[in-house]
Amino acid sequence: MSPRATSSQARSTPSTVRQLRRQRQRQRRRTIALLLCALLAGVCLTLMLGQSWIDPATVIAVLSGEQVPGATFTLMELRLPRALIAVLAGACFGLGGAAFQTMLRNPLASPDVIGISAGASAAAVFAIVMLSLRGAPVALVAIVGGLGIALLIYALSWRRGVADTRLILTGIGLAAMLQSAIAYLLTQAPARPLQEAMRWMTGSLNSVHLDQSLPLLVALIVLGLALLHFARDLEAMRLGDDMARGLGVRLSLTRLGIVVAAVGLVAFATAVTGPIAFVAFLSGPVAAWLTRHNGSVLIPAALVGALFVLMGDFIGQHLLPARYPVGVVTGVIGAPYLITLVMRDNARGST
Amino acid sequence: MEIKTRPLAPGRTCHPRPTGVYLLLAALAASILLSVVIGARPTDLTALMGLLDGRIDSIDEAAIASRLPRTLLALLAGAALAVAGATMQGLTRNPLADPGLLGVNAGAALAVVIGIAWFDMQQASRYIWVAIAGAGASALLVYLVANLGRGGATPLRLALSGAVVTAALTSLTSAVILPRADIAGLIHSWLIGGVGGATLDRITPVLPFLALGLAASLLAARKLNLMALGDEAATGLGERVALARALAALGAILLCGATTAACGPIGFVGLVVPHALRLLVGADYRRLLPLCALGGALLVILADTLGRVLVRPAELDVGIVTALLGGPVFIWIVRRHTLRSL
Repeated sequence: MSPRATSSQARSTPSTVRQLRRQRQRQRRRTIALLLCALLAGVCLTLMLGQSWIDPATVIAVLSGEQVPGATFTLMELRLPRALIAVLAGACFGLGGAAFQTMLRNPLASPDVIGISAGASAAAVFAIVMLSLRGAPVALVAIVGGLGIALLIYALSWRRGVADTRLILTGIGLAAMLQSAIAYLLTQAPARPLQEAMRWMTGSLNSVHLDQSLPLLVALIVLGLALLHFARDLEAMRLGDDMARGLGVRLSLTRLGIVVAAVGLVAFATAVTGPIAFVAFLSGPVAAWLTRHNGSVLIPAALVGALFVLMGDFIGQHLLPARYPVGVVTGVIGAPYLITLVMRDNARGST
Repeated sequence: MEIKTRPLAPGRTCHPRPTGVYLLLAALAASILLSVVIGARPTDLTALMGLLDGRIDSIDEAAIASRLPRTLLALLAGAALAVAGATMQGLTRNPLADPGLLGVNAGAALAVVIGIAWFDMQQASRYIWVAIAGAGASALLVYLVANLGRGGATPLRLALSGAVVTAALTSLTSAVILPRADIAGLIHSWLIGGVGGATLDRITPVLPFLALGLAASLLAARKLNLMALGDEAATGLGERVALARALAALGAILLCGATTAACGPIGFVGLVVPHALRLLVGADYRRLLPLCALGGALLVILADTLGRVLVRPAELDVGIVTALLGGPVFIWIVRRHTLRSL
């Protein structure tokens, strides 16, 4: 081989790497932009379509504050709160779920499988049924419950350090206990119709109000930014604890921060909508698939989660013979995908 | 998990140690008495004696008469679930196997809910086949999902696939129930898992299935012992592993399906009882399975009685009590073992 060829190869390799990296960056940005567009389109669609058609001009007029008979009520009281909360709650679920999955290096270790959603729901149901609370206090209780359960899982799986296996299994055990506690609490709710309670259990946007969206938005911004602050560390933790430590990640501190932020997100959303099935679970893997495992999965996962809840609610409200809460739609759509995901991962031997 | 076996004299078959059996039997008898006497209306033994003489005159005697089928159902359900749990643990060589956690009950529940909602099946005698089919299908699904890939069905994989399949089936179940306001109440109380309101009509149709399942499990006991040594060793010792697996699985599925059809999904009994008894009598399935039947019956009867006492005059369904009792045990097992295999 001539020396000239070698040197040209040596020169070409880094430039190819750089090109590749740039190309992957571009791809990632394109995917995120596409997801954003889809989300925007989804919101517009849900605002215009429904029992009655509202044309775009009227939608814009109402949103800018005009009073249009008929349309104002439909938009401001019915469709806008639903769409807003769907997007916010979905983003919270997606972000929280993806953070957990990345941190525990296991796509199955999402908050809804390892009992954190169950903890938040149990606390919320307790607050609603036993303490007759409504609104913001319920959210607070749900957050305390979710965090408490997360800490309990962490403490119970502590035995000369926390092994991921033990953590996940402990979570599954606690989740089963909490489910039966929720079932008991629901039987104690005489005034509340059973249908409504069950609807809440599967996750629904039926009783949302516009003023619930502000706390959710604040939570999403504050806790989401906190999670994004850890995004780099999370990427390092994907390589394994030792590698992450070698790369300068302070493991226990980072873990604590991620757990608090992710649980907070999931609990906030759960308090408003109930545990919407599988959104936290599915958003991460779907986002990773869309971005082709390219860079941090957090932001795409938030967008995917928002899209899931928005579309799930639309399908449940308008496209099915009976009206279903969003949790049933995401559950029924998510379940087969979930099982194939588990099968594929097991076949690859990653768990 | 380490397998403790006692050396056996050649030619001697192994019998359960009598004292343990007598103790369990005595405890079971006591728990049945308690379960019959305690309730929203406390009664005393004279009423029971009166009933045994064939009188149902006073309210106390009527109360006891209505508690008898309930106690019988609790006894059967407990025995069936504990034996099914032990069989599944041996079959999968996995300490965390339990009909509730592995999605078997959820499968039976979904099948029954579909039967009630779409095919108008109202009595247990009509949906028992459906329940058993659902139990079998979901057990197969969980095992297939967990068993893919290298390493086979490790405890973590099995528990995760069980949790995932349970979650999936549960959301399908609520999708079936929600549009049907007329049957929601009926199904909801059934779904929690309870033995309240049991009548002999509800119990008799499941009896043949329970008997068949119990027989299959007990027949499989010796095979389960051999399979605990690993598939190769079992094959080397002349065991047809596939046949043994099929027999044990048939037993477990019949027991779970029939129990779920009769009283709804009850979790954790199949997990807790075999582990507790293993501490007492070791891991020999020939000894373990019969004792599990006694221990499971004891646990469910006590849980049912406890549920009646705790929130008197209301009741806690037995499925809730067993989950609250069993969850800590599950976590204890997770903490205690390195979780390779049984």
